[in-house]
Amino acid sequence: MKSLTPPLLRCLCLNRSMDFIRPKRMLYFWIDKIRNVLLRLSWHLVHSIINLCYFTTGMVHALESHLISRGLLRKYKSLHISKIRYLAIVIESEDACRTSNVIELLQWLAALGIKHVSLYDNEGLLKKSKDIILEKFDGAVLFQDTHENNVLLDQPRMTLEFVSFYDGKEAVARAANVLLMKYIKSGGIGSNQGEQIFTESQMSEALKTVGSGGPEPDLLLIYGPARCHLGFPAWRMRYTEIQHMGPLTCMTYGSLIKAIYRFTTVRQNYGK
Amino acid sequence: MERVTGRLIQMYDSIVNFLRKCIFYVLSVGPIPNHIAFIMDGNRRYTKRWNLMQGAGHKVGYSALMSMLKYCYELGVRYVTIYAFSIDNFKRTPEEVQSLMDLMLDKIEELLKDESIVNRYGIRVYFSGNLKLLNEPVRLAAERAMLATAKNSKAVLSICVAYTSTNEILHAVQESCEEKWDEITLLNSSGGYEPDENVNLIELTDIENHMYMAFAPDPDIIIRTSGETRLSNFLLWQSANSYLYSPSVLWPEIGFRQFLWVILNFQRIRVYLDKKRKQL
Repeated sequence: MKSLTPPLLRCLCLNRSMDFIRPKRMLYFWIDKIRNVLLRLSWHLVHSIINLCYFTTGMVHALESHLISRGLLRKYKSLHISKIRYLAIVIESEDACRTSNVIELLQWLAALGIKHVSLYDNEGLLKKSKDIILEKFDGAVLFQDTHENNVLLDQPRMTLEFVSFYDGKEAVARAANVLLMKYIKSGGIGSNQGEQIFTESQMSEALKTVGSGGPEPDLLLIYGPARCHLGFPAWRMRYTEIQHMGPLTCMTYGSLIKAIYRFTTVRQNYGK
Repeated sequence: MERVTGRLIQMYDSIVNFLRKCIFYVLSVGPIPNHIAFIMDGNRRYTKRWNLMQGAGHKVGYSALMSMLKYCYELGVRYVTIYAFSIDNFKRTPEEVQSLMDLMLDKIEELLKDESIVNRYGIRVYFSGNLKLLNEPVRLAAERAMLATAKNSKAVLSICVAYTSTNEILHAVQESCEEKWDEITLLNSSGGYEPDENVNLIELTDIENHMYMAFAPDPDIIIRTSGETRLSNFLLWQSANSYLYSPSVLWPEIGFRQFLWVILNFQRIRVYLDKKRKQL
């Protein structure tokens, strides 16, 4: 009998060890698979329980909202509406084309006595529909940047402002160019010396110059799937109370009252 | 007896850590936030509620902060930002401001120790804000901490001190103007250059590059404790798509339960938004 040559011997040993490794690998493969499936199942189970909790609390809120709308809950009967001087509404751009909902919301706000409303959506769809909205909702005048903020509150009719991303980050860039021109004209005084060249009030003035200088809202209501302000102008949101109202299609008068009531109970220290 | 108690506590800690890791393992099936920001509100209310000495609430708040950082980095959150001290907080009484500065100095020194959380998780520390407004010892300690952790790359901790968003935006605009001024001066020296008023020299990207927080992506979640629903001049520029969460607990009382809840809510919303985006 011929003796086994080293390469043949090596090949035989390799085959034997592979015969042993293959089932082991298959076992690990299946353990891994089962573990992943169990993990995913656990994750989905947890989220299903959470969705159920939200469904239940949604029912409770809907009932509460109905009772508030009917005036059956004493707590919400008298609102100190004067505490809200400026109100902002943030609407998801997908819902911004639902002008009938927007107009109904404005009618509720006008009935409550809100004097200034800023309507915001990121893409500016509300701005594009502003003529339709102003035509169908005749209780308002369009906000002009030339208005002084204290004059807004003396208007008999509601002042309506349409805001978009153009008035947020892009407006800050335009205002920066206004300040840059002033800086160049002044000869670049204070450059690179670590001094403060501009003040916050100069920035506010520059924003007004570029047409994005509206007042700072006291309360911001978000109509969308999540509590995200979607890019509302940063310069105007320093101490604004932000509340999430749910999707625009599910808006109710009762939840609006509840949000306003909640705002009127807040006390701010402004950092002190 | 003490040895037995010590052993039991160790065992309890190990079990709790193991359970927490299991929960994070399940959570990692869904989207994990990359950046979480905290507004640590409620320390003084906590002091009042429990009739503690002045400043005790902030000390308990610091332990709560260490726990939250541990949970964040264990889960795999890469960036954490905390609102430690606002420019508006300088309006407080000088004694309170000084005690907060002393606490900050003390805690920065602690962060730099070998066994601190910073070294355990490979965290790079940034101090974001107008540091010139701080007193010299705190400013120097902050600069030392940033230098000492510059080589760490696993995670980032951004501590906002002497910070407000409006100050950050103004500072970014100012830096952009100075940069353009330098460019114009250079162009002028090599040949007459008149800047056209109708051309926007400063772009949005110039401003974004000069923000204090330019090193980090926008936060996925901003948590403000004590049930307050405002941002108080914190990350206003960066928070356009951030999920804002306001649990009613005071900051020193925040724990794993609230952390877990916010992550689950974030995953729920992110999954919903991703589904909608795919439909469009």
